Amino acid sequence: MTLLSRNQRRKIVNVVMLGMTAFSTLLSVSVLFFVLVYLIVKGGSSLNVAFFTELPKPVGESGGGMANALVGSAKMLGIAAITGLPVGLLAGLYLSEFAGRTMAGAVRYAADLLNGMPSIVIGIFVYTLVVLPMKQFSTLAGGLALGIMMIPIMTRSTEEFLRAVPVSLREASLALGASRTLTIVRVVVPAATRGMVTAAMLGLARVAGETAPLLFTSLGNAFWSQGVLHPTASLPVMIYNYAVSPYDDWHRQAWAAGLVLLTLVLLANLGARSLLGGQRHA
Amino acid sequence: MRSILSVAATRLRKGDIVAHAFAFVFGAAVVGVTGLLAWELWRNSALARRQFGWGFLVSQTWDPVAGQFGAAAFVYGTLMTSALALIIAVPLGVGVAIFLAELAPPRLSAVAGMLLELLAAIPSVIYGLIGIAVLVPAMRQWVQPILKTATGGFPLFGGPAYGIGLLTAGIVLAIMIVPFIVSVGREVLLCVPREQREAALALGSTRWESTWKVVLPYARPGLYGAIFLALGRALGETMAVTMVIGNRPEIAASLFAPAYSMAAVIANEFSEATEELYLHSLIEVGLVLFFLTMIINVVARGLIAATAGPGTAR
Repeated sequence: MTLLSRNQRRKIVNVVMLGMTAFSTLLSVSVLFFVLVYLIVKGGSSLNVAFFTELPKPVGESGGGMANALVGSAKMLGIAAITGLPVGLLAGLYLSEFAGRTMAGAVRYAADLLNGMPSIVIGIFVYTLVVLPMKQFSTLAGGLALGIMMIPIMTRSTEEFLRAVPVSLREASLALGASRTLTIVRVVVPAATRGMVTAAMLGLARVAGETAPLLFTSLGNAFWSQGVLHPTASLPVMIYNYAVSPYDDWHRQAWAAGLVLLTLVLLANLGARSLLGGQRHA
Repeated sequence: MRSILSVAATRLRKGDIVAHAFAFVFGAAVVGVTGLLAWELWRNSALARRQFGWGFLVSQTWDPVAGQFGAAAFVYGTLMTSALALIIAVPLGVGVAIFLAELAPPRLSAVAGMLLELLAAIPSVIYGLIGIAVLVPAMRQWVQPILKTATGGFPLFGGPAYGIGLLTAGIVLAIMIVPFIVSVGREVLLCVPREQREAALALGSTRWESTWKVVLPYARPGLYGAIFLALGRALGETMAVTMVIGNRPEIAASLFAPAYSMAAVIANEFSEATEELYLHSLIEVGLVLFFLTMIINVVARGLIAATAGPGTAR
């Protein structure tokens, strides 16, 4: 066997290494399809009308559903939207339109820190802040935990979208004699609305799947929740509890719930992205 | 843009001052919430901090019945799973980032990028579900026995093959953090000026040589930033790890052994911690997580900003 020349060796290394980067991409993307197909196969067979309409059955009885968890998740997402969205939006507005250097640095740093915080730590925070004083696990506490997670997501993306509004638009409005407030309300914010809606959808989709901050804030509930001041079941916590249980019937339910959750999260993501895609081309 | 706005700012009208104040309240609220978070963790871990001091991080004893708490086993589990995840995810993620930024046609790159963002959107409890159903049996039947025979009784790969354990948790984490490495890594690689690549190619280097010897060194700080960001995610990841790590508070020599992580112990034991010292000890574990992620995020952002330059750094 003759030795390869130096140039041949370089060419082979080139092809092999570039091929490996392509292979890594294929491998990573295929994980997504694997998860999707696996959930559809396992969850699809356990999914039925009862899943959406009935309460969970006790161990030993087959059937039942997760209607209470679906409603519980929806309620907590509602609370998260009411609390987290406005704070995040206005903080983002403050960053892009008003803040001086020092304050902007502080707000951005705090938002980034909050964004990187493990969700379980947010759960502890809400537990000490809401659950301990009220001596009660509650829907409200779970919703607040999700809301706090939404704040930094909304803050940074709102700032980004507001900054992307061209200076010429602002100047035109100011030149016509509008005050800065009027300019922001009538010109800048409307121009960035689509981006902010996208950010809100992505934020909600992200917290919708969060389990860790709910474990000891909204806890769980085998029945309908009696109100926002009482514990509630939620889809992610149900998936967790059922997945680690030893019962086959519960495992089947967990797959069904996983399929429903993943479908909702991915649809929200795709929807948000297509909304933004339209704006970029426009 | 700033200067134009600040010219306008000199003519702030009364309504503008009100609007400014109103927005300021919410900006300050973000700082306030973060500060309050740190304060609550600090205040509610006081008992444990006073009782155990720094020994909390060194002691392996976690005995709620005797009231003895040390978090060393959890710190070990968190650091080991994160390290394993990085060992697997860094080559993979950087490989994908190179492919998307350097090789793939723009359209393919956009589609693959979007698919990876969807991968990042999958809730962690679903990774845990798949981990229990698919990865754990596969590890028990195939991967662990094969590794064991291949390494010939090396203690790191010794012990019974349970399926669950450090290695399994590391693999699940790796899958979860690849999208983070890719999305930041690709941005960083795209920040490398075109002339750098062209110069290398003009000197006769192959595509790979220009990537490996020119583009990657140029982007190195930013790539480290991407890795640190992913590490921050891995350290705090809770559900998927809790479901496959085995939840045993021990430091074992083997990667196959069941272990425990900081986030997992909080998830499992928090709602059953009835005694105050127990609760404060768990919150102190959370405090440790808080400081770890804080340091890592600061380093990551500094590194990314260093590569991205003043134009894109925020």
